[in-house]
Amino acid sequence: MKARVTVTLKQGVLDPQGKAIEGGLKSLGIEGIGAVRQGKVFDIEVESADKAKAESVLRDACERLLANTVIENYRIELAE
Amino acid sequence: MKAAVITFPGSNRDGDVARALRQAGATVVSAWHADHDLPAGTDLAVLPGGFSYGDYLRCGAIASRAPIMDAVRAHAARGGLVLGICNGFQILCESGLLPGVLMRNADLHFICRRQHLKVARADTAFTNRYHVGQVIDVCIAHGEGNYVCDEATLHELESEGRVAFRYCDAAGNVSRAANPNGSLNDIAGVFSEDLNVLGMMPHPENLIDELVGGTDGRGLFESLAAA
Repeated sequence: MKARVTVTLKQGVLDPQGKAIEGGLKSLGIEGIGAVRQGKVFDIEVESADKAKAESVLRDACERLLANTVIENYRIELAE
Repeated sequence: MKAAVITFPGSNRDGDVARALRQAGATVVSAWHADHDLPAGTDLAVLPGGFSYGDYLRCGAIASRAPIMDAVRAHAARGGLVLGICNGFQILCESGLLPGVLMRNADLHFICRRQHLKVARADTAFTNRYHVGQVIDVCIAHGEGNYVCDEATLHELESEGRVAFRYCDAAGNVSRAANPNGSLNDIAGVFSEDLNVLGMMPHPENLIDELVGGTDGRGLFESLAAA
């Protein structure tokens, strides 16, 4: 089963890279950009075909490695 | 004092920290990231600077899950000494041995230069050869040294006296202007609750010889060698 895990910085955590990207977009003259926050996307092939099982494996992966929950949130999406 | 210097794939300051420890009189042995145990009789486990696993995912994240880290955690839980410098500090935060996280420097630059630090406490195994308020001249070389933690943790660190060093100028003034990376409360190093684990971004091992411009880093290794 294919899955996508998205890791983003928690609200309130400063994101200097996002700020720099925001500045870069503005200096390109791209109008209408508000704020930019940078995150990470992981496309993961899960062995289990069972949705609940796959989700629990991915949750474990997020908690133990993919995200640092001091500063990051994660979201798990499973392909239909 | 027997110190085990742990090498991870991408560590590059292991030789320097071993040299600093030997100069101070410690016995130094090597340990490998894939080992499951620290060498017998280890008093101090050292996580050196470098770029373990190429800083992939997050600095220190993958190294903190290496087999040797279970042994380091057990060593710390028994009251054993653990020192993490630069990438070693990042690994300690990622491993849960120290609170908080090192984020990208506020100005996004990798900063490699001399930096003054103010010693916040001198009654620990790491800092007893210094005195409180002493200004030491060492080096920094990092892109992710911006110490961040939540407000409750920051309050805990401050009220329990767990800040080891703060960034300051040559005159010892701790200020935003003297803070190279945006760290909360100008924190350059923190202790664990029992003061047996120290993580710091600056490199005291760079300044142990007049030949390279100073010896202010020696105090840390001499403190440890005598511990």
